[in-house]
Amino acid sequence: MLITYVVHVEDKPGVLNRVASLVRRRGYNIESLTVGHTDTPGISRITLVVDADPSAAARIEANLYKLVHVRRVENVTALPTVYRYLALIKVTATVETRTQIMQIVDVFRARVVDVATDSLMIEVTGTDDKIDGLLEILRPFGLLEVARTGQLAMTRGNLPRAASTERHAPEAEPVDAAISFSV
Amino acid sequence: MERLTGAEILWDCLVREGVTDVFGYPGGAILPSYDAMLKYPIRHVLVRHEQGATHMADGYARASGRVGVAIATSGPGATNMVTGIATAMMDSVPIVCITGQVGSKLIGTDAFQETDITGITLPVTKHNYLVTRADEVAPTIREAFLVARSGRPGPVLIDITKDAQQSSCLYDWDAAAPSESVVRAGTPPTDTSLRQALELIRQAERPLVLAGHGILLAEATEEFRQFVDTTGIPVAVTLLGIGALPASHPSNLGMMGMHGEAWVNTAIQEADLLIALGMRFDDRVTGNLKTYAVNAKKIHVDIDPAEIGKNVPVDVGIASDLRDVLRAWQPSLGRLQLGGWYDRITELKGDSAVRDIQNMPDDGHLYAAHVIHDIWRVTEGRAIVVTDVGQHQMWEAQYYRHEQPRSLITSGGLGTMGFALPAAIGAKIACPDAEVWVVVGDGGFQMTMCELATIAQENVKINIAIINNGYLGMVRQWQEFFYDRRYAATPLLSPDFVKLAQAFGIEAHRVEARRDVVPTVEAARRHPGTVLLDFRVEQEDSVFPMVPAGADLHRMIRRPTPLAETGADR
Ligand SMILES: Cc1ncc(C[n+]2csc(CCOP(=O)(O)OP(=O)(O)O)c2C)c(N)n1
Ligand SMILES: [Mg+2]
Repeated sequence: MLITYVVHVEDKPGVLNRVASLVRRRGYNIESLTVGHTDTPGISRITLVVDADPSAAARIEANLYKLVHVRRVENVTALPTVYRYLALIKVTATVETRTQIMQIVDVFRARVVDVATDSLMIEVTGTDDKIDGLLEILRPFGLLEVARTGQLAMTRGNLPRAASTERHAPEAEPVDAAISFSV
Repeated sequence: MERLTGAEILWDCLVREGVTDVFGYPGGAILPSYDAMLKYPIRHVLVRHEQGATHMADGYARASGRVGVAIATSGPGATNMVTGIATAMMDSVPIVCITGQVGSKLIGTDAFQETDITGITLPVTKHNYLVTRADEVAPTIREAFLVARSGRPGPVLIDITKDAQQSSCLYDWDAAAPSESVVRAGTPPTDTSLRQALELIRQAERPLVLAGHGILLAEATEEFRQFVDTTGIPVAVTLLGIGALPASHPSNLGMMGMHGEAWVNTAIQEADLLIALGMRFDDRVTGNLKTYAVNAKKIHVDIDPAEIGKNVPVDVGIASDLRDVLRAWQPSLGRLQLGGWYDRITELKGDSAVRDIQNMPDDGHLYAAHVIHDIWRVTEGRAIVVTDVGQHQMWEAQYYRHEQPRSLITSGGLGTMGFALPAAIGAKIACPDAEVWVVVGDGGFQMTMCELATIAQENVKINIAIINNGYLGMVRQWQEFFYDRRYAATPLLSPDFVKLAQAFGIEAHRVEARRDVVPTVEAARRHPGTVLLDFRVEQEDSVFPMVPAGADLHRMIRRPTPLAETGADR
C-alpha cells in the first residue's frame, strides 16, 4: 500500500539525497517526493510517498529518523489528511474549442493561467484522481505538455503528534528469504 | 579567541575531544593538516594502506570504547578507506575518518584526485560532512564526535577542502558546541513495556537471553551480570556478544548461530521466551526465519528502533538504552525456577568430554582448534584476541573462552578479510598494557600484511598467530559441503611467512606439531617485540557444527564421527 510520510529536515546540502538514498538502500521505491521550505527558517518539509506494507512502513520511518538531519517523521497514512497535487497542463485550443475547454476548467475548479493563439495553460490542484480526471477529459483536445508535482500532505485540525517516530517501537513481520548466501 | 587556520583548528579540536592517537597516510589535499599536526600532542601512526588506518581506528575503538580516528588524503586515499568504514558501520563502531578534499573552487570539476567521498560513503557512514570553510571545522568536528559515539555508534566521515584547511578564522571551541538534536539515543523505556516484559519473564519456563554487542556498546556488562545472577536465566551469545558475560559464568552456554554450539541452537528452538539484548537477529544467527524459535515469545531491547521487528516479530519491543532497561528491571527481578530447563540443556550438551580437546592424545596432526585452545590456556582467557574472517575466526569463537568484555575484536557484520592485523595494532595502541593476539588465516593475512611495516616502525608489540591451512578455508569448506569438493580458486600459495616477517625485522617461528604450540606461545609472550607464528595446521579441516545458510537453526551439519577421535570438535 502507499504510505505517506511527512519528514521535517534541516535544510542542509545533500539532505534530499540522504532521504532518497535511504529509501533506495532499504529496497523500496519512491512513488512521490516533494520538498519545500516551511515557516521555520532552516527547516524543510518533505512529503514522501513509498509503496510498502505496514511493517516495512514502520521500519522505513525508524530508519528515516536515524538520519542526523531529520528532525521529525510522521506517518500520516492512517490520519485524516488533506492531500494535494499541482499540475500545469498545456492543451491545444482553437477558436472553436476554447470556450468548451474553459467550461471544463470551471467545473474542475482549475484556472487558466496563460492564453496563446493556439493553446491554453491550465493550473489545477487537487487529488491525484481529480487531476487524472481532468487530463482524461482534455486529452481529446490535444495535450501539448503536462507538468505534475509530487504529493503534499497535511493532517487535518491540530492532531497530537502521536505518530511521530520518537515514541515508536514498530512491530514487523519476518522478511521472506532475506538470507544472504555468502561467506 | 584566537585566529587559527582550519588545519590548526582540526588538531586543536581533536586534542580537546581527548584524541591521543590517529592513524593515517598523507597526500596533497591533506598536507596543510599534516603540517599543522607537528604542533599538537598527538601520536600519528603511519600506516601502509588507508584501509589499515580505518581498521586500526576501529580496533582502537572496540578495545577501549573511545572514538578511533583515521586520516587520509583525497581521491585514492579516501576511497581506500571505504572498506574499513563499511566494516565499522556494520558493527556499530565509533570512528571518525578525516579526508582531505581538493580546493572548494575545484569541487565538481574532476580536478586531480577529486572524488565524491561524501557521496560514496553516504550509505556506509552514520553521517558525513563536506567542510569547505575554516569556520565550519570546529562545529563539524564536535558534532561528528557526538554523532559517532552517541546512540547506536557508528563511523562518521569529514571531508575537508584544502582551502578550508589553509585559510584562517577566529576559533572559539565553546561556541562550536553541537546541538543535541543530532543524538538518536532511543527513548526512555515506558512503564508499560517494562512491565509487559517482566510479566513474560516471570511466566517463562524455558527462557533464554540472546546477548549481543549492544551490551558492550551500552557499557552494561555489570547490569547484565546482575540480571543473569538474579534470575538465573541461561545466556547464549552472538559472535560480537562474546565477552558480555565471562565464558566461565555458569549461565553462559556459549555462542549461537551458524557455527554456534549445537546445544545453544537447539535450546533457542526449544525456548518459550527469548530475551534479545542488543542483538539484531542477523541471518547468521537465525537461519530460516520461518522456523526460528517458533515456540518462543520474544522481548527485544535495542537502542535502534529500526532493528525492532526487522527480522523477527516481537511481543515486547523496547527501543531504549540497554543499561537503562536493565537498571529499571533489576528491582522487580527474582529467581526463576529453571531446574528442568537446565536439566534439558545439560542433556542437549551431551558428553562434553568429546569436545575436551585438552585431553586428546597427540596423534601427529596439528588442528587449528589445538592452536586456539593452547593460546587460550597460556593466556588464561585474558588476552585481547583480534581475528580475521574465515574458519579460524569461528574456531577462535568456539575455543578461546573470553573472560572479559571487549576482548574479542572481529568483523562480524561485514566479514572483512584483512581486518585482523591492522585492528590489532589499533587495539594495542589503545590498550598498551593489554596482551594482544592476532588470529588470522593465511588468506586474510595477505590482504593487509603490509602493516607489518607499521608494526616495525611504530614498535608495536603484538603476537600474530597465522592459522595456515593452505586454503581460503571457509570457502573451501562451502565447496566441500555444497559444491561437490570442486575447489575453484581456494588453494592458496603463500610466501614463507617466517622469512617475510624477518624481512620486516620481526621475530617469527613455524610450528608444525602440537607439542610445540605451548612453548612457542609462551616464548612469543615473553619476547619484547612482535612475534609472528606460522601454525601449519590440518589443511582440509572444517568448522562444525554448521547451519547451512538459510536452513533451519536446529538442522546442523555435525562433525562426522571418525574425525572426533582427532579431537578438534564433535
Ligand atoms: C575481503 C573479503 N573477500 C572475500 C571474502 C570471502 N571469504 C570469507 S572467508 C574466506 C576465506 C578466508 O581464508 P583464510 O584467510 O585463509 O582463513 P581460513 O578460512 O582458511 O581460516 C573468504 C575468501 C571475505 N570475507 N572478505
Ligand atoms: Mg586459510
